[in-house]
Amino acid sequence: MKPIAKKPSPRRFHQARWDEPVIFELSQTGQRGVLLPPVEAEIEKQVGNPAQKLPEALRRKKPPALPEMSQNQVLRHYVRVSQETLGVDLNIDIGQGTCTMKYNPKINDQLASTPKLTELHPLQDEVTVQGILEIIYRLEGMLKEISGMDRVSLQPGAGSAAIYTNICMIRAYHASRGDAQQRDEVITTIFSHPSNAAAAKVAGYKVITLYPDPDGYPDLEALKAAVSDRTAALLITNPEDTGIFNPHIQEFVDVVHQAGGLCFYDQANANGILGITRAREAGFDACHFNLHKTFSTPHGCGGPGAGASCVTDALAPFLPVPTVEFDGQKYSLNYNRPQSIGKVRPFYGVTPNILRAYAWIMSLGADGLREVSEVAVLNNNYLLKKVLEIRGVSAPYAKGKHRIEQVRYSWEKLTAETGIHSEEMAVRIADFGMHFWTSHHPFVVPEPMTLEPTEAYSKADLDEYVAVLRQMAEEAYTNPEIIKTAPHNSTVHHTHHDPFDDPDEWAVTWRAYLRKTGQTKRE
Amino acid sequence: MTTKKTVYPYIPNSAPDVKAEMLRAVGAKSIDEFYAEIPANLRFKGKLNLPEPLLSEVELIRHVDGLLNTNRSTRETLSFLGGGCYQHQIPAVCDEINSRGEFLTAYAGEPYEDHGRFQALFEYQSLMAELLNMEVVNVPTYDGFQAAATALRMAARITGRTTVLLPANMGADKFSMIKEYLKPDIMIERIPYQPQNGTLDLAALKKLLNPEVAAVYFENPTYLGLIETQVEEISAAAHDTGALCVVGVEPLSLGVIQPPVEYGADIACGDIQSLGIHMHYGGGHGGFIATQDDPTFIMEFPSRLFGVAPTDVEGEYGFGDVAYERTSFAIREEGKEWVGTAAALWGITAGVYLALMGPQGMVEVGEGIMQRCRYAIQKLTELPGVKVPFDMGPHFTEFVVDFTDTGKTVADINQALLEQDIFGGVNLNRDFPELGVSALLCVTEIHTKADIDRLASSLKEVLG
Repeated sequence: MKPIAKKPSPRRFHQARWDEPVIFELSQTGQRGVLLPPVEAEIEKQVGNPAQKLPEALRRKKPPALPEMSQNQVLRHYVRVSQETLGVDLNIDIGQGTCTMKYNPKINDQLASTPKLTELHPLQDEVTVQGILEIIYRLEGMLKEISGMDRVSLQPGAGSAAIYTNICMIRAYHASRGDAQQRDEVITTIFSHPSNAAAAKVAGYKVITLYPDPDGYPDLEALKAAVSDRTAALLITNPEDTGIFNPHIQEFVDVVHQAGGLCFYDQANANGILGITRAREAGFDACHFNLHKTFSTPHGCGGPGAGASCVTDALAPFLPVPTVEFDGQKYSLNYNRPQSIGKVRPFYGVTPNILRAYAWIMSLGADGLREVSEVAVLNNNYLLKKVLEIRGVSAPYAKGKHRIEQVRYSWEKLTAETGIHSEEMAVRIADFGMHFWTSHHPFVVPEPMTLEPTEAYSKADLDEYVAVLRQMAEEAYTNPEIIKTAPHNSTVHHTHHDPFDDPDEWAVTWRAYLRKTGQTKRE
Repeated sequence: MTTKKTVYPYIPNSAPDVKAEMLRAVGAKSIDEFYAEIPANLRFKGKLNLPEPLLSEVELIRHVDGLLNTNRSTRETLSFLGGGCYQHQIPAVCDEINSRGEFLTAYAGEPYEDHGRFQALFEYQSLMAELLNMEVVNVPTYDGFQAAATALRMAARITGRTTVLLPANMGADKFSMIKEYLKPDIMIERIPYQPQNGTLDLAALKKLLNPEVAAVYFENPTYLGLIETQVEEISAAAHDTGALCVVGVEPLSLGVIQPPVEYGADIACGDIQSLGIHMHYGGGHGGFIATQDDPTFIMEFPSRLFGVAPTDVEGEYGFGDVAYERTSFAIREEGKEWVGTAAALWGITAGVYLALMGPQGMVEVGEGIMQRCRYAIQKLTELPGVKVPFDMGPHFTEFVVDFTDTGKTVADINQALLEQDIFGGVNLNRDFPELGVSALLCVTEIHTKADIDRLASSLKEVLG
């Protein structure tokens, strides 16, 4: 036979399309998905059925209207639905900037699935959980070294929870000095993650948001104007979501410290700076990491993640309880910390991810972590070069400068010339088995696209991604209709968005959908 | 031994040739050029002090197994521990689905490339809604603590009031988290419980109610395992003064126990760990918040809410974010609290669990737990010196055992049980000193009659 032709570029992708019903439509009366261990006859004889004797107000008369399905049906439904989802395992996942979508090593999933972890109860006697306590303690130690901070808590459930934890410690610190009433403002920047602003607001702070200078750098003069004896803290991401490292970060810290405020380094964007620069050297009082970003634990469709709050000795008394201690012989949990902010979550943290992050660092060591950052930054600057060759795209700010680990691009020119918006491009890219994210709101960078290639993708991967962006840009200029009518190769077609913002139409559950569409049950 | 540069399996461009080629393409001489913006005095000098790497998988397995194998799990040891984390049957399909790479490694795609993620979470919301008889359930928040804390903040925003009433029979850790979360603008008052039967003191509750109270919060079952029976009276008292009724509920109990909305709850909340998620040493939690479909309530959720809508094609379901503009993603600090990575994968897992269990499974698991609990109470009260303080009330999963009259401490008893390969109950000394020398014991559907009998006979021996 003739040789089979080489694969075209871009590849001819089509997303799985199972046309799968909503699970309630799969119900068949009498089916069972799983059986339960029977109650022994002796127990039944002795106690009867206490559920039947519940007071009238508490006894459920009608079983919940869950679907009735065999095990195989349930499995098949969810496997099909899973196939209609693009995780890191499937795509060149460099389009979710700020989120550090890197490879999640399979060995770490295997390690985390041992019954020696999954079947541990958090209130077991400490002697029976020395292994997991040692792992928590060791990971804390590693993050101390990576941040330069003095103590770490792994209790927060994710990045925003760690931000919130740090804000609580800032509040407790000022309260301990009698300053809590006076220091009622925090300062952040627009290119810091919105949770810095939002979590501070929950904690009762007035939020001052600084906008960048014309070159896109955090504005030192604006900071000086904002800071006062009301400043509780500066909450700042660095590098910011633009991928620009703030070279004046130490001056920012000094200005705030001189006013008596604390400085909190949001290190969600740390993937390009491991072993390069740390919160300690820049003078920060606290920082946080996202284990599900920088330290490779999977994102799980939006969690569980895991957060690390790292603090200097001055803030350590306020850490959540319990802390994990080691006396040279035995690991233990310490609740006796009178100045602690208390609990921020049940028990001690998202342990499967703590284990994964520990294993990831152990598999790389200091040289490997530095290699992670250097290659992440190389990949980003390579991508920047290639993307800027595409018609209609630009990288606002810091002209001619290199970026750290990500870039917030703009399709502004393309929009002006073709009428196609970045949000439409973001829909069209699904047709190629890829994804890109615009940015948080507000869109300070117009028509944004935030790309973060991490260390996990090869040059060929980056080239393939760029080829798709290039093709889409060409389409915008020559055949905009194909973008406007996208997606074409996805699981579903253009979704009508209006119901999502209309209280008469929105339906967050199947039962609400049935009621609002005048159906009782779908057979 | 060679000094060859390591090419890391997780870092394809660590290969020197590729690196050189890419540097050339960018026009940079070295990677250090990319760090030009970082001032020299901020550069970390030297090498991080970290353990030597374990580059191969077999070395890594040996190391991690070496640490974890020193743990003793509930697979090896008969456990009666609860107190907010529970050992239940985990159907294998739950693990199969939540370890699929598509779900495990996805994150925040749009509804087109991640249609499946949106559908699975919409289905989770919908399945929970059937348990709860409510029309709105969120994409999971971190855990049950956060769910309760947010539900209370929602209640304060909805009513415009600034005090919440929390029960004295809730767990101390949860109280601690909520207290910090409601600072500085929301005050907390405690509702005492009645020492004779463990349920809330209605007369005291009524005295605490005033026009500043935003919410009355109570739990069913309570932290102490008892089912609160005065539910209609409590919610009526709350509503009479214009407060909302917020109920923390164990979802696994809702096959047999009325969902809170049926006795007047405006917001229901809780933890989903019991629904098909392993204990993970406390790392398996996710939180739900549920309300009726009323814009006044929906607009106060911080969480994402996935909704269904038509597409251009007949017979296709599309999904997307409902009322996105209320979130911190959309409007930063002007949004409702904050939203971020939380516990979506556990939500998908709980959905799988509920689909497997079906209505009959949920009835059977609830009945079976209540039967075993009652049997265990009866069995343990037979022991000399052992009392179950609230033994006449209905219990779900847990119950208090008072050892005061045995003259032994809970720590001593648990130590002796550990030697017999049993994890005894949660020691209540620190958090509930008013209960004397007491422990909270947990019995679920995984316990057999023989397990409970073994606990009783071991305790008998330990207590002498």
